Amino acid sequence: MTPEIGQFALVLAFVTAIYQFAVPMYGAWRGDSRLMAVAPPAALLQFGLIALSFGCLTWSYITSDFSVENVVRNSHSDKPLIYKISGVWGNHEGSMLLWVMVLALFGSAVAAFGRNLPPSLKARVISVQGSISIAFLSFILLTSNPFNRLDPAPIEGQGLNPILQDPALAIHPPLLYCGYVGLSIAFSFAIAALIEGKVDAAWARWVRPWTLAAWMFLTSGIILGSWWAYYELGWGGWWFWDPVENASFMPWLIATALLHSAIVVEKRNALKVWTILLAILAFSLSLVGTFLVRSGVLTSVHAFAVDPARGVYVLGILCVFIGGALTLYAWRAPTIKTGGLFAPISREGALVVNNLLLTAACAAVFIGTLYPLVLESITGAKISVGPPYFNLTFGPLILPLLLLVPVGPMMSWKRADMWAAIQRLWAAAVVALVVAVAAMAWQWRGPWLAPLGAALGAWLIAASVQEMLNRAKFASVPFAVALARLKGLPGAAWGMMIAHAGVGVMVIGIVGITSWKQEIVTVLKPGETQEIGGRTVTFIGENPVTGPNYTADRTRFRISSGGVEVSEIWSEKRIFKPSNQPTTEVGIEPFLDGDLYVVAGDRAADNGRTVRFYFHPLVWMIWLGAALMFLGGCCSIFDRRYRVGAPKKAKIPVTQPAE
Amino acid sequence: MAMTRKQQRGALIGAGLGALGLAAGLILYALSDTITFFYTPTDVVEKGVQPGTRFRLGGLVADGSIVRGQGKTVSFTVTDTAGTMPVTYVGILPDLFREGQGVIAEGVLDAGGSFRADTVLAKHDENYMPREVADALKEKGVWQQSDKPAKEGTQ
Repeated sequence: MTPEIGQFALVLAFVTAIYQFAVPMYGAWRGDSRLMAVAPPAALLQFGLIALSFGCLTWSYITSDFSVENVVRNSHSDKPLIYKISGVWGNHEGSMLLWVMVLALFGSAVAAFGRNLPPSLKARVISVQGSISIAFLSFILLTSNPFNRLDPAPIEGQGLNPILQDPALAIHPPLLYCGYVGLSIAFSFAIAALIEGKVDAAWARWVRPWTLAAWMFLTSGIILGSWWAYYELGWGGWWFWDPVENASFMPWLIATALLHSAIVVEKRNALKVWTILLAILAFSLSLVGTFLVRSGVLTSVHAFAVDPARGVYVLGILCVFIGGALTLYAWRAPTIKTGGLFAPISREGALVVNNLLLTAACAAVFIGTLYPLVLESITGAKISVGPPYFNLTFGPLILPLLLLVPVGPMMSWKRADMWAAIQRLWAAAVVALVVAVAAMAWQWRGPWLAPLGAALGAWLIAASVQEMLNRAKFASVPFAVALARLKGLPGAAWGMMIAHAGVGVMVIGIVGITSWKQEIVTVLKPGETQEIGGRTVTFIGENPVTGPNYTADRTRFRISSGGVEVSEIWSEKRIFKPSNQPTTEVGIEPFLDGDLYVVAGDRAADNGRTVRFYFHPLVWMIWLGAALMFLGGCCSIFDRRYRVGAPKKAKIPVTQPAE
Repeated sequence: MAMTRKQQRGALIGAGLGALGLAAGLILYALSDTITFFYTPTDVVEKGVQPGTRFRLGGLVADGSIVRGQGKTVSFTVTDTAGTMPVTYVGILPDLFREGQGVIAEGVLDAGGSFRADTVLAKHDENYMPREVADALKEKGVWQQSDKPAKEGTQ
């Protein structure tokens, strides 16, 4: 019965979405406030129905209802509860259901919190959200129904791919989807603004927090995925320029550009037409990402769909939305009035450079990701575009940007003195120089570029700190006053400083793992040792282990440093029950100077074991850097000026409860 | 020195074209230099791939061909059922690497006609065959739906 309720709720949600799209749009066109007022309740109802449907599917998973085909294919009664639940989105149908649920969630958030929005803008935004829901709900209902029944029902399910049974991967898809789909709000605002023909500071104040929220989700989703790849796949890397990774990285790059250009719209009323284009592009790339991953044109652990009908359907959605949005843009953008003027050397100018480099870097990633697909469909030749391509294109485009990040905030709006801005950064430059020398002394073997990379990271961190100290005027007013000023700085200033410093921290981590990584593959017998990363690792021995749904061989190692035992780690070769699929659990011991990383390989002669050791210097700084970027986003999103929202029209006490 | 609207638009467009040009140049240069082709053992012979070329070799691991040499070195044969190619690899093979299964190896063809792989990719799960391998086998007409999802218990 539960699956039928879920299915029925989904159909009702589809009908509601049509209503949510058509009625408010018509109302806004006619200027009929009663028709426009339909939008918020419709959005909330649509979300409620999809949530009910999602709840029904989750219930089928929790109770292991094997009469549902989707549950049979992706679950097993022996699985721990958390992986039964994460199994809901560990497959194509369920993950699409999650996708539309997040979409409806964002739409209803606009409905619930958008009380200060001008009524016609609000109606149009919610209506555009409804149109996206129509597309994806029909996709689910027509090609990917998660509620299909099986008769007779099997006794047991086929289980979830064991490498997906992992806490980080359980929350990675929901976070990533919140990011992808969150960008739909910026898209809807852009479309609504194009229809209205009006973009102003209030519009930017509305778009920016939504984009920021989406960006934060995207940042954390991407980094969780890469953290998972680091410790679960056992390849000793954290980023592979895999098409699926690129699919989430492209919207991230454009969302980052959008965050920065929206500031210019808000503060200076300039770059409006460009910002609209970025808002359209950011969500379009989310759709492209969804297409790449869901259509099966790529094969990786993420590509569940191999049914060509699905690929064609998503491609159709892609063409309608991206094509439609860009057509509307070409038609309506010229009607939007251009705003404030600025000199090339100015804060605005710096943000334009930021935008151009981020967009160009995104273009490089885009071409590298799609070129093999296009080439194969035209000539039939099969090629792969790997890390060397991306290092050669993405690197030279992003390095100047990183170098310039500290300079931008030092420049004044409208017209600035570049030389004065650079002079104010002398302290940061000294810190960067010291770090370069220290890095050379610490790791003299690595490539010559590495110390410069570390210096670049230090430059970003030091300049962020210096920027805050300058703003608080530590140099010119008494210490206590400056401290009070520092505390009183707006959340957005703190957010910028923390996020930019986070980029610097991440750069140092990336330099560490790419330039100074050590890797040794060897065969060890119990009692034998291996030196790596300045430490000694001793192979203790092996013992069998039984887990909830697997059996394993545990290979144990002792780490000692300078003759003193530090800790013990293990790596496991696991065999999972329903499928007999083998997996490897990596052993990782984190130290301040880096991770010691052990992967057990195959058995060798005389009780020996092939073992792969890695030392990954400073890898924790990658995770810390991403966490700081997220934290910076939090500070900025809680800035006072976004809570005030768009200027209120009249002083009517707001007493009615949230809809 | 404030600019007029027209000058500002010109400067923005110029900067945009500059960035695009830089990106286009880098992309074209990188694409000519860094891409890797995918071949099956038959392709290697038919297309006359020169020793020293870097490419991806795909096919099935031939039955009974895996030989573990001294410690870390492993050798095996990749077959597309029409042609075969010996492969050597130093390191740890993926968990799902086994005889009769699809595999992709990336590396360099040496002068002796054998392939020195530095990366070996197998599938991520039981139900999945690398797409290039599946396509290549379909072309050769030897594709079998052996790796479709198991349906035990569903009759």
